[in-house]
Amino acid sequence: MSDRAAETAWSKVAPPLFTLVCAVALWESAVRALHVPAFLVPPPSAVLSAAWAERASLAASLLTTAEGALSGFLLSVVLGSLVGLIFSLSRWLERGLYPYALFLQTVPIVAVAPLLVLWFGPGLRAVSVSAFIVSVFPIIANTLAGLRSVDPRLDDLFRLYGAKLGDTVLKLRLPSAVPSMATGFKVASGLAVIGAIVGEFVAGFSEGNAGLGITVLAAYRQLRTDLLFAAVLLASLLGLSLFALVSGLSSLLLRRLRAEW
Amino acid sequence: MLENIDLELTRGSFVALLGPSGCGKSTLLRFISGLATPSQGSIELTPLSSRPSAGSAIAFVFQDAQLLPWRSVLDNVALPLELAGVDRNSARERARKPLADVELSDVLDRYPDQLSGGMRMRVSIARALVTEPELLLLDEPFAALDELTRQRLDERLRALWLARKMTVVFVTHALAEAAYLADRALVMSRRPGKIVLDHALALPELRTQDLRTSAAFVDQTAILYRALRAHGGFDDSQVGEPP
Repeated sequence: MSDRAAETAWSKVAPPLFTLVCAVALWESAVRALHVPAFLVPPPSAVLSAAWAERASLAASLLTTAEGALSGFLLSVVLGSLVGLIFSLSRWLERGLYPYALFLQTVPIVAVAPLLVLWFGPGLRAVSVSAFIVSVFPIIANTLAGLRSVDPRLDDLFRLYGAKLGDTVLKLRLPSAVPSMATGFKVASGLAVIGAIVGEFVAGFSEGNAGLGITVLAAYRQLRTDLLFAAVLLASLLGLSLFALVSGLSSLLLRRLRAEW
Repeated sequence: MLENIDLELTRGSFVALLGPSGCGKSTLLRFISGLATPSQGSIELTPLSSRPSAGSAIAFVFQDAQLLPWRSVLDNVALPLELAGVDRNSARERARKPLADVELSDVLDRYPDQLSGGMRMRVSIARALVTEPELLLLDEPFAALDELTRQRLDERLRALWLARKMTVVFVTHALAEAAYLADRALVMSRRPGKIVLDHALALPELRTQDLRTSAAFVDQTAILYRALRAHGGFDDSQVGEPP
């Protein structure tokens, strides 16, 4: 890395890092100075030490939640892209089904979660489906928008040469749709973690590991606010890492396709 | 928008289509190519000979190069053959020849965003030539380029046509370009578009750079200019009205 590149990287990392340090210091000193009870707002030091003390069970919970969120997200990617593709091929199907796909976006997931337990049983499957329901719509919508946004003159070119539908989809529409699809995937990755946590609130009790959603509930019942903070923090970090992973992969792909964005 | 246009293209001729903006030149080209059909009235095309080899009998060069940004130069030119069912490797092999014809053999692996505007247009022309079309349609292909680049591309296009003698219809609004390139110039009126002049250009077959400044060239350009001026200038009755 050149000096210049190092400098730019530093200038990107330094300001948020500075904010973090200030916020943590402020939080710690305010809680101590005002004698706020630890079950209301624990100081950061208490959160950290609770996280360290419970590291084994927190790590297991993190993995469980990650599994639910990731499998739900992957299901969304596959099914959402497919549905977007099918909608793009038929106005008729789109008009008939899109309003009901929108239903997935507007349905209150907390209210539906008990149904998921009834249908899929408690545990990973219900959690995955919950993550799927919350994250699939942005993928459908962005895939559809991307496939529809093809330059009409390039469409003319393919028509002029009598391109078959399969060729038009594979060689023109899908590559043109990638920037928009990547946006959908990024939005969906964050939502999938939220969906998994909500799913766990209702459906998380099963044999084996409990996810972060269960950790939050259990810590709340025991007034272990420090542990609750640690679990919430981990859940956010999980969402952030999934988002970063998807962003990284999609920017690699976009660079390969030389897409403008 | 277009009215009673009866257009007979002699096989192997180079026809320039001139006219004011919005007169329907591009629309006429889209009708000829079959990309669009008239909303009213009809269009009758005498079909071109059916071709045994893979590829399209008609090729179209658009105003912008219209390349696929995710394909290299070679793969962009191979595209029409791939769409016709030629397998990828032989399509790429056959794409080398037209790229050599437009002197782009040394940038086969580059991507469109690494090329200048003139180079992208040459790739677009190579792509049009790769199917060895009988009819080549060009819609103001060089309008966005600077004057010298445009002249050089005109010279190259004329040389490619002399070598292959496919039928060419070239839409432009530049008089000198039409006179330099074509054997026959059609001038269209403003809307509703009609052909108001069908002129065989009296210029030598082999056109050199010096031709552009010769008296004969200026004479021929003047004929086109007068027709365009008479039928394509401002419509005074419309001045001041909203578009």
